[in-house]
Amino acid sequence: MWKWLHPYAKTEETYALCGRLYPWFLWPAIALLAVGTVWGLAFAPADYQQGDSFRIIYIHVPGAMLSMGLYAGMAILGFIGLVWQIRTCYMGIAAIAPVGAMMTFIALFTGAVWGKPMWGTWWVWDARLTSELILLFLYLGVIALYGAFDDKIQAGKAVAVMSLVGVINLPIIHYSVYWWNTLHQGATISKFDNPSISSDMLWPLLLNILGFGLVAGALACRRLQNEILTREMRRPWAQTLLLSNETGAK
Amino acid sequence: MHFDSFAAFIDMGGYGFYVWTSFIVTFVGIYTLFIEQKWRKKQLKLAVVKENDRIQRIKKAKEKASQANSDE
Repeated sequence: MWKWLHPYAKTEETYALCGRLYPWFLWPAIALLAVGTVWGLAFAPADYQQGDSFRIIYIHVPGAMLSMGLYAGMAILGFIGLVWQIRTCYMGIAAIAPVGAMMTFIALFTGAVWGKPMWGTWWVWDARLTSELILLFLYLGVIALYGAFDDKIQAGKAVAVMSLVGVINLPIIHYSVYWWNTLHQGATISKFDNPSISSDMLWPLLLNILGFGLVAGALACRRLQNEILTREMRRPWAQTLLLSNETGAK
Repeated sequence: MHFDSFAAFIDMGGYGFYVWTSFIVTFVGIYTLFIEQKWRKKQLKLAVVKENDRIQRIKKAKEKASQANSDE
């Protein structure tokens, strides 16, 4: 049943797949982000309490969602890699980690810049903020750990284990606003039956969430391609590809 | 359009600095990741070209040496 997956254990196939997927991630992402951002910045109504500062939500929430989603993705790859001994999965973790770190940074940075006018402070040691900061450190830890080994199979196993252990942080981040009395506001859209946001504010947010997801996909594809090439530099197919001017990937 | 004028759009009801800083940092950050990968690919290409040239040079030098030996 899962036979179609087997060729992708071969890095050459995965490289080609990433190359094919890349434009399908990139161009819809640019279109969605352009529409979502312009809609959110210029056309959505202002919030009745926060005025126009609430517009930061259109990058803050997608960044935060992706920071957690990408971490979950790394953990799934780590699990598959460890159980079935597929080194392409380890490369996938290495490819996703910097993208996830950037998303976490975006969530923290825009959160701080949003917090200053609304809460009167850039930072508080509140449960949501602190657990998100720990997520950033987990990402940086994965990046550093992968870089610390010369043997990339060992490195891959180490980061796979670290990704899996770090998953414990995800529910903590998600439920932090319920478990502790935090300064951070509660969920806005994950209450699907009754979202506490009006639909003309919600639509651009959904577009941007999807856009961020696709951008992350495009970046992960590109990073995985380069990671594969770095590992396989001595292989004939990679040599041919790198030596030719027409690479199919600028 | 929610805003009356372009100036009002930039001002963001007094929150202009915060809103625009967030958006600029976010998109510059994402763009940097794309540029970084473009650069990395270029570096990889250079490394392989350099390595390939070196192999060719060694090959030529060896051929030359064996030629010289057979001439003697």
